[in-house]
Amino acid sequence: MYKIVKREELAHGTIILNEIEAPQIAKKAKPGQFVILVVNETGERIPLTMAEVDKERGTITIIYMIVGKSTKLFSTLQVGDGYKDVVGPLGEPTHIENFGTVVCVGGGTGTAVLHPITRGMHEAGNKVISIIGSRTKDYLIMEEQMAKVSDEVRICTDDGSKGRHGFVTEELEEILKAQKVDLVVAIGPVPMMKFVSLLTKKYDTPTMVSLNPIMIDGTGMCGGCRVTIGGKTKFACVDGPEFDGHQVDYDGLMRRLQAYTVEEQHSEDCMFEKEA
Amino acid sequence: MTFEIEAKEMTKKERRQIPKQQMPEQDAHIRNKDFSEVTLGYSLRDAQYEAARCIQCKDPACVKGCPVGIDIPGFLEMIVNEDRAGAIHRVWESTALPAVCGRVCPQEIQCEEVCVVGLKKGKEPVGIGNLEMYIADWARKNEVVNDIKIAPSTGKKIAVVGSGPAGITVAGDLAIKGHEVTIYEAFHKAGGVLLYGIPEFRLAKDIVDYEIEQLKALGVKIVCNTVVGRTVDVDELIEEYGYNAVFIGVGAGLPNFLNIKGEDLNGVFSANEYLTRANLMKAFDFPNYDTPIIPGKNVAILGAGNVAMDSARTAVRLGAKKVTIVYRRTREQSPSRDIEIHHADEEGVEFKFLTSPLEFIGDASGKLVGINCEKMVLGEPDEGGRSRPIATGEHEYIDCDLAIIAIGTSANPLLTKTTKNLELNQWGNIEADKKTGKTTKKGVWAGGDITLGQATVILAMGMGRDSANSIDAYLKGEEEW
Repeated sequence: MYKIVKREELAHGTIILNEIEAPQIAKKAKPGQFVILVVNETGERIPLTMAEVDKERGTITIIYMIVGKSTKLFSTLQVGDGYKDVVGPLGEPTHIENFGTVVCVGGGTGTAVLHPITRGMHEAGNKVISIIGSRTKDYLIMEEQMAKVSDEVRICTDDGSKGRHGFVTEELEEILKAQKVDLVVAIGPVPMMKFVSLLTKKYDTPTMVSLNPIMIDGTGMCGGCRVTIGGKTKFACVDGPEFDGHQVDYDGLMRRLQAYTVEEQHSEDCMFEKEA
Repeated sequence: MTFEIEAKEMTKKERRQIPKQQMPEQDAHIRNKDFSEVTLGYSLRDAQYEAARCIQCKDPACVKGCPVGIDIPGFLEMIVNEDRAGAIHRVWESTALPAVCGRVCPQEIQCEEVCVVGLKKGKEPVGIGNLEMYIADWARKNEVVNDIKIAPSTGKKIAVVGSGPAGITVAGDLAIKGHEVTIYEAFHKAGGVLLYGIPEFRLAKDIVDYEIEQLKALGVKIVCNTVVGRTVDVDELIEEYGYNAVFIGVGAGLPNFLNIKGEDLNGVFSANEYLTRANLMKAFDFPNYDTPIIPGKNVAILGAGNVAMDSARTAVRLGAKKVTIVYRRTREQSPSRDIEIHHADEEGVEFKFLTSPLEFIGDASGKLVGINCEKMVLGEPDEGGRSRPIATGEHEYIDCDLAIIAIGTSANPLLTKTTKNLELNQWGNIEADKKTGKTTKKGVWAGGDITLGQATVILAMGMGRDSANSIDAYLKGEEEW
């Protein structure tokens, strides 16, 4: 069992943070890498990119939004409980170096994944501007943490309750117009990454995105996580999860993410029935 | 057929008259609806009569035909004499996995192919595989414990990477020789391909679990959730963890794709993914188990090897109305065992030979609806005597909502690319000495599919046996690196 040592509820309890004891993974993990978690004997394998790693405490932190049966089960785990299985670190780490000016764009729980990458970019000597987007100010996460590792943080909300009233792409375009940007890192919902990439393509700014397709093993064995990058098939688990944002077939990725919509709904319904 | 006298009382001449004892099987139309095992197993009397068909050759070809050299005439005669404890111990001397091998070994190209009884026209070889399965199942059901003596501790530590057939064999052998063995497995459960690849109806998973328990009883430690190459690398195992030797048996896990248009459509799977969902993750029991699988009404399987048959028969059991094997060569050229094709055929799987896929076709929502194929003909035999399929230009459209690609697997580079001084061949397989399993990296051995490419359970076990002997000799200072 992989014990939970800290649990926090964010964004009105819709997003959960778990700090988990996993010393071997913590020792090796680098920004951008993910783990696969299994909640119990009948659980499925769920990949999540790590939001934080504490090598001294031997822990890793995941932050997830409650969206389906598995994350609902995850959310029932309290401090002292644990996951049956956690395996990792998986995937290639983020390529971090001094690029010059880097804009880090995070949406939803993507901001949690973006945080260690942002810190890495900052520590490598980059000028870092971060843009965080969410529906309303109540769903904003990691604002303080991002501020600590960025030269500047800009907020966008869909309803204007904080920061810019609008999308992260509008904020990003303003920056791209005003100054030279050497790299954009965008992590969040697929449509956000798609529109950020379309925009940066216009400005010819290199863009890196982190993909989270459906996968089973996370080691290249099933091919379920295959994504089309520049017309070629790649496995997100071993070739990624980060890719050149300008090369990703986002529509294909969206389609594949919806492959089990019917089954997922059925699974959740059965869970509710059992509870009732 | 019943006999008036017991097998053990028969004369040699009488024994030769015994017809082949057929393996009882579940009826095809009942078994194709659930995942329970197809073969039901011999009764004691079946087993005795079948074993009595062995003519006890002085220089038995079958033993040479077995990659791990089981004393076949020896254990068969013990079955005839109802000395079942003796028989299972005789088998255990050479294999740690008899219940598995009895079921999944291609005996028809190994021990049974060279069996003298079967060489005569119109005669069938002794059912060695069936008898191995019988004796192993008897031992399991009767909780017979391997009373093999474990050698005194040598104080040497060995890491085995991968818990498939090669790793299990190495671990068992070395534990018996007194070494401290730890197996590292990437998945959350041990067993490798026996667990994720081979379906329940061909190899019940409680058998694999039992074999793993036997291994633990020998003192082997099993650590799951460890991806060597990511969680820990080979050099760390040696330098930091203090292992004196490392055996790599990670298999050939990377699925090959066809690289044709539409392969990313929903409904197109690698056999690895489809079978892993169904077997390891138990998606056949969804939603009691959380992992889903697309059931598919009309299923096309691309490829015609054993894995293709496993996929086809899994699809039948998951409720598909129609399952078709699509293969660009002929039935005779299929790499599958005859018994697998036969079983698939019985269960209602259809076959379309000399048909090659060109493009997957999807609907507006990105779901698979069919495959454009091209008809092939067999050309003149090439230098190797094998006829190549030649495209005719004639197209055929196959309706399907699920397609499973089963055209083989390649070496997974995850471990090899993070390990220094480990030489690979042009296909990415580890270069290992054929006799000893030694790699180009000191203190590191390898065996099974990661060295052979895609092969069989028993070949992996044979290589595991050779590596275990070499590791033992090396650690005892009897063999130089």
